[in-house]
Amino acid sequence: MEKNIKDLEAEFQKRIDNGENIEAKDWMPEKYRKTHIRQISQHAHSEVVGMLPEGNWISRAPSLRRKVALLAKVQDEAGHGLYLYSAAETLGISREEMIEQLNNGTAKYSSIFNYPSLTWADMGAIGWLVDGAAIINQVMLTKTSYGPYARAMVRICKEESFHQRQGYEIMLTLCNGTEEQKAMAQDALNRWWWPSLMMFGPRDEESPNTEQSMKWKIKRKSNDELRQQFIDQTVPQADILGLTVPDKDLKWNEDRGHYDFGEIDWEEFWNVVKGNGLCNRKRLKDRNAAWDNGKWVRDAATAYAERQAEKRVSKAS
Amino acid sequence: MNKEWPIWEIFIRSKNGLDHRHVGSLHAADAEMAIQNARDVYTRRQEGVSIWVVESKHITASNPEKSGEYFEPAKDKVYRHPTFYKLPDELKHM
Ligand SMILES: [Fe+2]
Ligand SMILES: [Fe+2]
Repeated sequence: MEKNIKDLEAEFQKRIDNGENIEAKDWMPEKYRKTHIRQISQHAHSEVVGMLPEGNWISRAPSLRRKVALLAKVQDEAGHGLYLYSAAETLGISREEMIEQLNNGTAKYSSIFNYPSLTWADMGAIGWLVDGAAIINQVMLTKTSYGPYARAMVRICKEESFHQRQGYEIMLTLCNGTEEQKAMAQDALNRWWWPSLMMFGPRDEESPNTEQSMKWKIKRKSNDELRQQFIDQTVPQADILGLTVPDKDLKWNEDRGHYDFGEIDWEEFWNVVKGNGLCNRKRLKDRNAAWDNGKWVRDAATAYAERQAEKRVSKAS
Repeated sequence: MNKEWPIWEIFIRSKNGLDHRHVGSLHAADAEMAIQNARDVYTRRQEGVSIWVVESKHITASNPEKSGEYFEPAKDKVYRHPTFYKLPDELKHM
């Protein structure tokens, strides 16, 4: 007997409520599948586009030590993209299709990467703040209900902590350096602070998908909770650097046990989401160039594999 | 030429004496390239000493919808476990 969809959905929700993971071949509501394809592929695109602002500084790193570290970090991000694309593929979308969506601009990725990396201090601020914010989100996602996504997150989180530490070390070195170096670090914090807070997405009351995401245990904390957690852990880190967080309303609230903070410029947020950030066009152009310029390599590898396969067949016969 | 490379499942032995474990998947044109890519993606921090790659299409999986009838019969066969047998405490080495 065919089970009807209502029963299947109820059974599915029961599995989620019991804390079970959902695996690729399990029955799932179509909306659960679609939501995951969208979220995981956006996450993958973010890892991939995220390589661009940092790639900008690899050849100009101030020492060999900084260079190998930054190179290793960027290479990790490529791997993160791959883990996530693979997780999305388990849901029935092809890699080609996802890359096509990224390259033609229909897919979204984290808006943070549409800001420019202007100075070396930005490599510090990105590792410290951007990876820091990503880690908070990703640690939550290690407990997400979809098995392949959760496992990709576990692997990613293991690799992320060095990213943040290398960024913070860059900031620390600049802050212990000359006046100009410290000013450079402060300037980077000024520019990256607010966009980092925006990484957690709109306020809860403006985030219509949160409720369903929580019910399906895709998310386990709301945008505002995660943002607060980030602020609470990052402000003391800025204090250690001797830098000033660019928010005049930032103040420890004894009653809440959290920092109060100022209003985020949501107009700027939506503007960048809609494609009008400083680097949206450049990022897409660079991704397309990378894809197009790599075509001959992909074609050559395919041709070589085919030739080898033919040789094996003719040898065997 | 616009052919998507097949997906390969990657298995890694983290050190001799342990089993190969499934770690993830990737696309590659052939087996050799799958091993090279697996090396770069999954063993950058000395996570492995040996890699197996299998093209995903060669894996046959049990049907999750049948997992009840498949795996539940083992549930009530507690007599397959040593703790099922009640023996005196003073008995040693058994
Ligand atoms: Fe990452
Ligand atoms: Fe990272």
